[in-house]
Amino acid sequence: MSGTDRELVAHLMRRAGFGATQDEIDILELRDYEDIVEDLLNPEQFPEPEEDVARRYWIALNNPDGPNYPAYWIYRMVNTLRPTEEKMALFWHHLFPTSAGKSSDPPSSNVQIETFRRNALADFETILLDLAKDPAMIYFLDNSENHNGEPNENWGRELLELFSMGVGNYTESDIKNAARAFTGWTFTQPIPLDPYARYPSEFLYLENDHDDGEKSFLGETGPFNGEDIIAIIVKQPATAKFLSRHLYNFFVADEPQVPAWDNVPPLDPDAIDILVKAYIDSKGEISAMLRVLFNSEFFKNGRFKKIKSPTELVVGTVKIAGGMKFPEPGHTGMADAAAAMGQGLQLPPTVEGWHTGKEWIDGGTLTERVNFAVNQLANTSADSTKKIVDYLSAEGGTASPNQLVEACVAATGCTNVTDETRSALIESAASEGVLSFNTETATKSSAARIASMLQSIVSSIEYQFA
Amino acid sequence: MVTKDAKKPTLVVVQLAGGNDFMNTIIPYSNGLYYDYRPTVRIAEDTVLPINDELAFNPNAAPLKELYDSGDMAIIQGVGYENSSRSHFRGMDIWHTCEPNSVATEGWVGKAIRELDPSGENSLTAINFGRGLPRAMVASGATATSIGDLDTYGLMTGVQAEQQRTQALDLFQRIYTPAIGTGPVQEYLARTGVDVLRGAEILKNGIATYSSNVEYADNPIAKSLRDVSRVHIADLGTRIFYTHHAGYDTHANELPTHPKLLTDLSRAINDFFRDLRNHNASENVVMLVFTEFGRRVQDNHSGTDHGAGGGAFVIGDRVNGGLHGAYPSLDLSDLEFGDLRHTYDFRGLYSSLLEQWMGVDSNPIVGGTYEQLPLLSRA
Repeated sequence: MSGTDRELVAHLMRRAGFGATQDEIDILELRDYEDIVEDLLNPEQFPEPEEDVARRYWIALNNPDGPNYPAYWIYRMVNTLRPTEEKMALFWHHLFPTSAGKSSDPPSSNVQIETFRRNALADFETILLDLAKDPAMIYFLDNSENHNGEPNENWGRELLELFSMGVGNYTESDIKNAARAFTGWTFTQPIPLDPYARYPSEFLYLENDHDDGEKSFLGETGPFNGEDIIAIIVKQPATAKFLSRHLYNFFVADEPQVPAWDNVPPLDPDAIDILVKAYIDSKGEISAMLRVLFNSEFFKNGRFKKIKSPTELVVGTVKIAGGMKFPEPGHTGMADAAAAMGQGLQLPPTVEGWHTGKEWIDGGTLTERVNFAVNQLANTSADSTKKIVDYLSAEGGTASPNQLVEACVAATGCTNVTDETRSALIESAASEGVLSFNTETATKSSAARIASMLQSIVSSIEYQFA
Repeated sequence: MVTKDAKKPTLVVVQLAGGNDFMNTIIPYSNGLYYDYRPTVRIAEDTVLPINDELAFNPNAAPLKELYDSGDMAIIQGVGYENSSRSHFRGMDIWHTCEPNSVATEGWVGKAIRELDPSGENSLTAINFGRGLPRAMVASGATATSIGDLDTYGLMTGVQAEQQRTQALDLFQRIYTPAIGTGPVQEYLARTGVDVLRGAEILKNGIATYSSNVEYADNPIAKSLRDVSRVHIADLGTRIFYTHHAGYDTHANELPTHPKLLTDLSRAINDFFRDLRNHNASENVVMLVFTEFGRRVQDNHSGTDHGAGGGAFVIGDRVNGGLHGAYPSLDLSDLEFGDLRHTYDFRGLYSSLLEQWMGVDSNPIVGGTYEQLPLLSRA
């Protein structure tokens, strides 16, 4: 075996991470596909992003319980050497959407994202247990108001409906009993860290506020505590199926929105069966499920079957342009851009999370997407343009309109351009003739043409797909 | 597409983001409790602009007082809802969706748009001036346009050279021309792209001939309302405009910051209506000014914290001006966790505007029947 098709590498990196540059693909294509997958699924062998410089620029990060800082998360997505870890943190944020906007001063959402990162590829039981103990989640779904004798069902209900099993697989009585089992699961009040900040809240179990009576839950009975409830949930076939469908929707192809899952069958029932089997065989190990997923034919054949989420569009485009390598003050604009496209990180609209796929797009968000991508690629001295100048000028000092289009299509990863789009691009390029790199002036004007071509490609319909 | 003959009722919504201090906007200046609660963040009695023996405008709101005195401004006192949220995000959400007890995804303006333009034939039926759409304007099947900067609105606005931009737009149009058989999602994208192009073109041509002898101030709310005015005067079929004025979260340094906000807001609104009148375009416009909550009754020696009941304004030629509803009691025993208790449900305010002005059934939009105020007289 030797090497992997470039387009397949690009597909894997777009889905398992946030895309790869041509330079990165040059290296990866020499390796076997399965090896690349193993690297992605074993992130701990690669160093974490260096934080020193980031903390110096964005001093708010030094506050352990500081306000949410999505621009820093985007910076990590751009620069991480562990792309699947960061992508899975985003997946868990989609699945367990917790808004930092519930009150003016909630427990830190940054701590929660850090937990998602740590548990990126862990087993589902650990993931749910840490989620149940996460102060931001406890506060968001009112489990701090869930008391012995006065249960609050918010967390118990969403745990079953949105976070693990999906509607139709449990009864109202199961919800009530789950809520009772989580009574006393709360968090410490934050301790001030003079003069500016606070130590983060921590999980707190109040035994005397816990209802230790008998509970019936999904056919089992006992004096269950929260751990028992989660242990029972992760054994359910419905859980395996629900999580599999979420992974399919996030990594393979756009499914209908989650509320429809109860009565609309999966796009590819066989694929869900394969993922369910991986869940059962591995006892819910996410890395095992993703190993099966990334190596499957349905994944490899799923190219460009998803609309890029705003975060994927922002990070992917910044990577293509070679931007955001070092922290800069203006970078908060990257998070604002994703928010304007409909995905405010750490501020999901509801506990149901973002509606994905086609629902990312309306007139306003499409305008934001196009203008953002065009602006990122405007600079003729950006990596994106410079590399193409080097590449096209290497052979004889001139390049044809055809070569220009092909080089730009490859650089943007937009290899799904239709024949119609490709001819439109070539005709537009041909109207200005052959590109010359023979003099400094000629090279400069060719660089401008390359930047314009890149801009046209990233504003296309095809570029909206991952 | 757009009927130019009939001047249809139009609503302009101005959202004061951050929680406007209603007590320092419409001041209970003859009530001793006001001065007790506000040892620092108070407006001196000898500077206020009295409405009657009890209430007065903040001195920085003189241009609003002028509208009030001419009978074109209704002050809706004590607007709010039970168990008012003190969170900006959640509070604004409740105002946007009319759902205080659960998280909803559809907004009241969006649902109204769906009634006004059920087939979504005019992408300019509703316009937001700002970035992204506020939740209030989102509803499935409702078309709304969001404009950051009216003068540069559209696609490829970052492309500086005119010729290059034209070329890029031509190419965009060609790529987005709907092609049959590419798939439903691709076709939807194509249609959306073409709509954006067309909307931008209509706007650009529509505002090209605008001229005015009203000189708006140079600040964000003045700029937004001038944009609303330009598009309204262009008569492009827009029925609902939405914009916001930020900065009302005055926890600290309220004394220097709040007057500036009120000055900018009041003058912008006054200039806006003068501009419309000069263009004979005011009689079909009503403006709603609201905020997500009022502020804490007791000051914190520098500013005021998040509160509950607040107030709203409804302004326009057809508005029944004056005081509506009741100013919340300042008595300690009447306060709700130290905040003014609301006396009127905001959903009643929306219902009044929807039924009496926009002519749509409010019940399905606000989720029930709420007491209306006699705010409007339609000609």
